[in-house]
Amino acid sequence: MVRIRRFEEKCAELYSASKIRGFLHLYIGEEAVAVGAMHALTPEDNVVATYREHGHALLRGVSANSIMAEMYGKQEGCSRGRGGSMHLFDAAARFYGGNAIVGGGLPLAIGIALADKLQHRQRVTACFFGDGAVAEGEFHECMNLAALWKLPVLLCCENNLYAMGTALKRAQSQTDLSLKAAAYGMPAWPVDGMDVVACQEAAQRATLAVRSGEGPCFLEFRTYRFRAHSMYDPQLYRDKREVEEWKKLDPIATFENRLTTQGVLDDAKMKRIEDEVASEIEKAVAFAEAGTFEPIEELTRFAYSAEKPE
Amino acid sequence: MKITYREAIRQAIRDALIRDQRVFLMGEDVGAYGGCFAVSKGLLEEFGPDRIRDTPLSESAFVGAGIGAAMNGMRPIVEIMTVNFSLLALDQIVNNAATILHMSGGQFNIPLVIRMTTGAGRQLAAQHSHSLEGWYAHIPGIKVLAPATLEDARGMLWTALEDPDPVLIFEHGTLYNMQGEIAADAVPVEISKAAVRRAGTDVSLITYGGTLGKTMLAAEHLAASGVEAEVVDLRTLRPLDTTTILDSVMRTHRAVIIDEGWRSGSISAEISARIMEGAFYELDLPVERICSAEVPIPYAKQLEDAALPQAATIVATVTRMMGGHG
Repeated sequence: MVRIRRFEEKCAELYSASKIRGFLHLYIGEEAVAVGAMHALTPEDNVVATYREHGHALLRGVSANSIMAEMYGKQEGCSRGRGGSMHLFDAAARFYGGNAIVGGGLPLAIGIALADKLQHRQRVTACFFGDGAVAEGEFHECMNLAALWKLPVLLCCENNLYAMGTALKRAQSQTDLSLKAAAYGMPAWPVDGMDVVACQEAAQRATLAVRSGEGPCFLEFRTYRFRAHSMYDPQLYRDKREVEEWKKLDPIATFENRLTTQGVLDDAKMKRIEDEVASEIEKAVAFAEAGTFEPIEELTRFAYSAEKPE
Repeated sequence: MKITYREAIRQAIRDALIRDQRVFLMGEDVGAYGGCFAVSKGLLEEFGPDRIRDTPLSESAFVGAGIGAAMNGMRPIVEIMTVNFSLLALDQIVNNAATILHMSGGQFNIPLVIRMTTGAGRQLAAQHSHSLEGWYAHIPGIKVLAPATLEDARGMLWTALEDPDPVLIFEHGTLYNMQGEIAADAVPVEISKAAVRRAGTDVSLITYGGTLGKTMLAAEHLAASGVEAEVVDLRTLRPLDTTTILDSVMRTHRAVIIDEGWRSGSISAEISARIMEGAFYELDLPVERICSAEVPIPYAKQLEDAALPQAATIVATVTRMMGGHG
């Protein structure tokens, strides 16, 4: 969680310095969700994410170097600088991308899981999406298909209460999102998305069920983003006091307190974590800075494949 | 042997299912119903519900699922009933299938084939009759095929499945009952080249898919009055085989494009522009276009006929062109 938080704080800084351009959606405040959920996955599993996916990519083993270089638009980036912040991809990590169309990753996850099922592989496909996606028709189409075909999908709804600037209650007739998923005949339950242990336990339980072939599971992680939707957002749609209230539930601070109280963590250990993270990020920035831009001659490369896959 | 266009496609699908365990067919009514155009009739019994997979009416989800399955090692054939319904899956086709290879820096191929019907001529009214393949031909990242012959209906599918990129195959609804002779051992065909279906010296008639038959008929009529028309079947709308088009125009110095899409912003506009760019000084006359009337395709037969390119219109257009500059 500290790693994701510091990485993104650095991104925000670099964005202000115009090193990173385009849209930048920060995950700050929501780290417990990805950390908890990903903990239940193995390297063989698949992950589909949204445009707020720096944390998911880092946790999946995509290197901080290649993510940072991607933000810089360098060809050393995980998508060769063609995707940017919203489209991190890494085939080796089975990371099927940041998808910047709300709900657009859900059908992909269904298909990835279908391929595993048809080939009798035991993989789980974890699909992350926000509460905004629940309003899309694709969400409902995919819940139906996942449950109908008993596909091995872990559906991770990151309910941060806002679809960009539209509050859940202004956009949804039923704000209990797990009830919607349950209507499709799959196990679905809400999780305290600010508590990493709760997230991990829920994901563990859900993943076990999915892996056993019972079909999909839906987890509604109730969380909050402390920062704006993207770097352009003045946040006129929500009260500053609301943000401050949620910040009291900061998943890092609360977990740190808990571990300190239990005697598992002390200042020295915490400092070591911070130092390691700082060093990794510093290297990532240096790597990105030293990276190179793809020659313009390569512009149309990868619009189509140059050669056939195996 | 004598078969229909429908049977040619069924044979191609069956052949693909036998050849490669990664291939499966997915779409609305493809299984128990036998395919709404009876293309997949009998395949469920032969291959089972895992490989002949009925889907709910959820175009976006099952097309997207095809993309995901292709990314994860399968070779899906997704059937969409008509091009009109494909608009419900436009997000998945345009934002995912067409972009992911490039956006991922070349990491994820999408070896997916999407088949759908297109076109008018069966009195199905506006929401089942449009020809939107030209829209898809606008989009880099996908390939767009329009088989107009039995050989192409039989042979394009396997080539498309072997292609690492997403391929859309448009089957004109009026062609399914077309019957003809085809070699029993018909083979996969190249999908990157246009074909000259009839050689001629006086005018190039450039077309594809459902209007090829009408164009060939028009060419026969024209021959009776001494005008030798060359007929170019585009076969592939993206990438366009500009070379074959220009070579033909350089032989005939006159060109007419016959396209069942609407004229404004159409594939015929693109072809016309390419001829202007590549063979302007070879032209004896301006390029002409015969397209559908700019109206939602109507139900009533006389109106539908009037809305569509017809052989008589082609003959009249070419006759007028030849008369002015014999």
